[in-house]
Amino acid sequence: MANPIPLRTADDATSDAIVEVREICKRYGDIEALRGINLDFERGKLTTLLGPSGCGKTTLLKIIAGLVPATSGQIRINGRVVTGPGPERAFVFQDFALMPWATVLRNVAFGLELKGVSQAERHRIARHYINEVGLSGFEEKYPHELSGGMRQRVGIARAFSVNADVLLLDEPFSAVDEQNRRKFQEDLLRLVDKERKTFLFVTHSIEEAVYVSDRIVLLSPRPGRVSQIIEPAIDRSAAPDVIRRDKGYLDVVEEIWQGLRQYAE
Amino acid sequence: MTLSGIRIPMMTSLIFWMLVWEIVGRMDIIFLIPPMTSVIAAGVGLVQTGSWQAATLITLRSFVLGMALAIAIGVPLGVAMGRIKVVDNIFGLWVNMFVSAPLSALVPILMILFGLGETTVFVTVFLFAVWIIVLDARAGVMQVPPSLIEMGRSYGASRFTIFTKIILLSALPEILAGIRIGLIRGVKGVVIGQILVSVIGYGELFELYSRSFDMERFWALTIILFAAAMLLSAAVEHFEKRIEYYAGAR
Repeated sequence: MANPIPLRTADDATSDAIVEVREICKRYGDIEALRGINLDFERGKLTTLLGPSGCGKTTLLKIIAGLVPATSGQIRINGRVVTGPGPERAFVFQDFALMPWATVLRNVAFGLELKGVSQAERHRIARHYINEVGLSGFEEKYPHELSGGMRQRVGIARAFSVNADVLLLDEPFSAVDEQNRRKFQEDLLRLVDKERKTFLFVTHSIEEAVYVSDRIVLLSPRPGRVSQIIEPAIDRSAAPDVIRRDKGYLDVVEEIWQGLRQYAE
Repeated sequence: MTLSGIRIPMMTSLIFWMLVWEIVGRMDIIFLIPPMTSVIAAGVGLVQTGSWQAATLITLRSFVLGMALAIAIGVPLGVAMGRIKVVDNIFGLWVNMFVSAPLSALVPILMILFGLGETTVFVTVFLFAVWIIVLDARAGVMQVPPSLIEMGRSYGASRFTIFTKIILLSALPEILAGIRIGLIRGVKGVVIGQILVSVIGYGELFELYSRSFDMERFWALTIILFAAAMLLSAAVEHFEKRIEYYAGAR
C-alpha cells in the first residue's frame, strides 16, 4: 500500500471519549449479534460503523441510543452509565420516522414538544434548523409531499433541534437516490463542521464512509466484532469533487474493500 | 364517462334506468312495479305523513344509539387488542367469529331477550356494527411503524405520550375506515332489526305497505333508505379523505 494508514484500537483512546462502549454483547435467542465490543467515540468527531449486512452495526447504534437493551456490557455517555434513551443523544432513522399527520415544522419541533418547550420557542428553533438543512419554505408541507431526500432532511433537522451532544444516524441516506445522496453527504459535512457535535454514523457504503468520516470502525459479521479501525487522513477543506478523486481517498476505499470482500458473495 | 367522443354526465345512467322503470311501470305488466313518477309522488306525500316522521325518529334513535355504543366499545376494545396480547387472546376468536356470522339469525333470540321493541333494534344495530370497528381499530394500532414508536422513545416520550401522540393518531385512518363500514352495517342492522320485529319504525311501515300492496309507498320508502345509507357513507368517506390526506403515502 502506497500510503500507510494509521491504525488504532480502542485501547489507546484519549480521555476525551464522549461515548464509551464496554464489552457489549447482544444475543437474539440463539443468534449472537454482537460479541465483546469495546469502542470509544471522541467528542466532536464523526465516526462511522461500517460492515456487511448482518454485522450488527445498526444493533450497536440502537444499543448506544438506548433503544435496544444489550445482553451484557456497558454504555457510558459523558462518563455516565446509561440504560435507556436520553436527551444527550438524538437519533436519525433509516426510514425517517416522520409523523405523516404532522407538518414539517411540527415534525422538526417534535423532540422539543416532548420536552415541554413552549410552542413559540420550539417553532423558532425548528425554523432555524429547517433553514440549516435547506428546507425553508416547506414548513407547512406534509411528509408525503416531500421527496425521500427532503424527508430525511426533516429527520436531521429534528435531531439537531433538541441540541443533543451525540447524533446517531442509522443509514440515513440509504433511501435517498444517488445524486441527492452526494449532495446530502456534502451538506452533512458542512453541518458537522458548523454544529460541533459528535456523530455516530452507520452505513454500508464504503465510499460514503470514507468521504464523511474522521474514523471508520469496520465490523465483521456473525457474530459482530470490531475487525479494524481506520482513520482516513483526508483534507476536507478541498472541494468535494477533488476529494472524490484524491489518491488518499481512493486508497482508503480500496483498503476497506480488500478487508470486506471476503464477506461478499 | 365518454361515449363515442361525447362526455356523458354521471347521472345519465340513473336517469336512463328511471326512464326504463317508468316505461315498464306504464305498461302495467306487474303490479310490483308502478311507474317511477307515481313512486316519486308517493314519496313526496309520504314524508309529509305523521307516521313516516314518527317512524324516522324511531329509526334514527335506534341507529344513533346503537352506533354510539358500537364506537364507544369497538374502538377502545380494538385498540386494546392491538396493544395487549392477553386482551387479543381473550377476544380475538369471538370478534373474528361475529364479524362474518349471519347476525340476522340472532335477531329472533334478541327479540326473546329484549322484547318486541326499540331495545332489540338498538342491540341489532350495535351487533351489526361493532365487530368491524374492533377489527379495524386493532389493525390500525398494529400497523403503527415500529420506527415511529422508537422515535418517540428516543426523544424522551413517556409510554402514555407515545400512545396518545403517536399510536392513536397513526391508527386514525384505519379506525375511521372501520367506523365507516360499521355505519353501513348499522344501517343494515336497523332495517333488518325493524323488519324482523315488524311492529316499530320502518319495519312497521314496510309490513303495512307490502301487506296492503301499496307498492308506490313501498318503493318510495326503499329509495329513501338507500339514499340515506349512501349519503351517510359519502359523508364519512369525505371526512376520511381529509384524514388520509394527512396520513398520505404511508
